[in-house]
Amino acid sequence: MIGQTARVTRVGEWLLAAFRLVAGVVTALVALVLLLALVTGLVLVPVFGAGVPVVAGALGATRALAELHRREAGRVFGVPLAGSYTSQPSWSWRDLLACLRDQQNGRDAIWLAAHGVAGVVVFWMTYGLLAALSGLAVGAGGPFSVFTFPVLVIAAVIWWLVPWTVRGFALLARVLLAPSDAALTRRVEQLTDSRAAAVDAQAAELRRIERDLHDGAQARLAAVGMTLGLAAQAVRSDPDQAAALIQEARADAGKALAELRDLVRGIHPPVLADRGLVGGLEAAALLCPVPVALDIDLPVRPQAPVESALYFATAEVLANVGTHSGATAAWLRVRYAGGALSVVVGDDGRGGADPRRGTGLRGIERRLAAFDGTLRVTSPSGGPTEITMELPCALPPPASGPSSPRTTSSSATA
Amino acid sequence: MEAVDNGPMLREALLRHRPDVAVVDVRLPPTFTDEGLVAAIAARRDVPGLPVLVLSQYVEQLYARELLADQAGGVGYLLKDRVGNVDEFVGAVRRVAAGGTAMDAEVIGQLLGRRSAPLARLTAREREVLELVAEGRSNAAIASALFVTDKAVGKHITGIFTKLDLPPSDDDNRRVRAVLAYLQAAPGGR
Repeated sequence: MIGQTARVTRVGEWLLAAFRLVAGVVTALVALVLLLALVTGLVLVPVFGAGVPVVAGALGATRALAELHRREAGRVFGVPLAGSYTSQPSWSWRDLLACLRDQQNGRDAIWLAAHGVAGVVVFWMTYGLLAALSGLAVGAGGPFSVFTFPVLVIAAVIWWLVPWTVRGFALLARVLLAPSDAALTRRVEQLTDSRAAAVDAQAAELRRIERDLHDGAQARLAAVGMTLGLAAQAVRSDPDQAAALIQEARADAGKALAELRDLVRGIHPPVLADRGLVGGLEAAALLCPVPVALDIDLPVRPQAPVESALYFATAEVLANVGTHSGATAAWLRVRYAGGALSVVVGDDGRGGADPRRGTGLRGIERRLAAFDGTLRVTSPSGGPTEITMELPCALPPPASGPSSPRTTSSSATA
Repeated sequence: MEAVDNGPMLREALLRHRPDVAVVDVRLPPTFTDEGLVAAIAARRDVPGLPVLVLSQYVEQLYARELLADQAGGVGYLLKDRVGNVDEFVGAVRRVAAGGTAMDAEVIGQLLGRRSAPLARLTAREREVLELVAEGRSNAAIASALFVTDKAVGKHITGIFTKLDLPPSDDDNRRVRAVLAYLQAAPGGR
C-alpha cells in the first residue's frame, strides 16, 4: 500500500512538473513578446515620445512576469527571491529615466531573452520527442508491441527530462532575477543611509520634545507653584488677593495641560492609538480645510510604527493640500496590495507640487525611506495632484473576538 | 448605583438603570482606548437621547461627530480638566441632563483654527459667540459671559447664521447641531 501511495505521489508530482514545463514554454512566448515590445518602444521613444507608454507598459508587465518566476524559483529552491528595483515605471520622463538606470530592469531584460530562447528550445525538444514517440507507437503492430525498446527509452528520457527542465527554468530565474552582489552592496549602503537618517530624525525629535517641555509645560507648572506659594502667604492678610492668585494658578495649570495635549498629539495622537490608522486618517481628514472623500480598505491594523509613519506623512500631505493647493475637493485612498500599504492623497488644486523644490515633501520622503517606503508625486501644472505613499509591510493575521480593532472599510466624506 | 469597569458592562448598566445623566470616561478597560465612548454610543442607540456626558484627557473631532451623529441631543463631550471649574461643570451636567448639548470649547477651537474659507468671513466677536453657542450656552449666558446685551448676542448669532448659510432657529440644541453639522459635513464648500 505504502509503495503504491508513493508511486501515485510521484506520478502526481511528475504531472505537476509537466504542467509547469508547459507553463514555462507559454511564459517564454510572453517573454519574447515583451522583449519585442520593449525594444520597439525604446526605438520609438525619440519619435515624439510615442514609445513612452509602450516602454512603461512593457516594463510593468515584465516586472509582473519576473515576480511570478521569482516565486516559482523560490518554491523550487526553497529560498525566497526578491528583486531589488530602485525605480517604478510610469508615463513620466523622470520615472522612465530612473528605470533605465535601474540595473534590475536590465537584468530582467536579459532574463526575458534567455527565458524566451530556453522556452523555444524546450518546445522543439518536447515536440521532437513526442513526435518520435507517436511515430514509433503508430508504426507498431498490436497493442502490446508498443512497448518496444526505443519507445521505452524515449519515454524514460521524457520522464527524467521534465522535472530537470523545470529546474532549469527556475535556475535561469534564480541567476538572473535575484539581485546581483553589486545590488546587494548598494542595498546595504541605502540601509546604512536610511538608518543614519532615522537616528538623526529621532534625536532631533527628542530634542524638540525636551525643548517644548522645558519652555512650555515645565515653565508653566513652575509658575503655578510660585503663584500658589504667594496665595498661601496672602490667604490670611488679603483673602481677595489670594483668591485672584489661585484663579491665576488654575488658568496657568490649564494652559500647561493644553500644551501637554498638543505635545502628545505630535508624538502619538490618541485617536491613532484608539482607532488605528483608519480612525487616525479619518480624524486627519476632518481637520483638513478642503473636504476629503475617504476610501479606506484595511483588513487589519498594521504594526504601530507603520501606522505612525503613514499617519504623520498623510497628515502633513493633507495639511499641504489645505494650505498650498487651492483645491476645492480632495480624496484619500488606502489599500493593501502586493505586500505594501499605499496611501494616495489627491486634490483638484493648481498642481505644480515638486519634492525637489519644497522641503516638506522631501522630509516626508526621507522619513518614509526609513521604512523602505516611497513617495511619488504626479502634479502637472494646473492639477490635479496625486501623491502616492507606499510602504512595504506585512499585515498581521486578522484578529478575532470583541477586542479586535475596528478597521473596517470606510467610505465617506469628511 | 452600580460600579462597572469595562465597556460592555457599562452599556448594560446604562440600559438597566436609565440614569438622569451618565458621566463616562472615554478610556476604560480592557484595552483603555475608546470603550467608554463606544458603550455610550451603543446605549444611546438603544435609548435615543439617553443623556451622556463623556470626559476625556483629549478632545477629538471624530468622537464629537460620532456623539452628535444621532442628532438626539443630551450629549456632552468635555476635557477632564473642565471639572475643576465646578460651576461650569455642574452647568454642563444640568444642560446635558435636560437634553441639551455641552461641547468643549476645544472642539470648536480646533475647527476654527484650521477651517478657513467660510469661517474667515466671521468677525472675531462672532467667532467668540460661535464658540459659546457650540458649548451649548443660551443667549443670556453668552451675553453675560461677553458683557453684552441679549439683543447684541441675537444680532451676532443672526450674523453667523447668515454668513454660514444656516437657517435661523431659537432652539439651543438645534443651533449647536446645525453649527457642528455645517462645520463637519461641508467644510470649505459653497
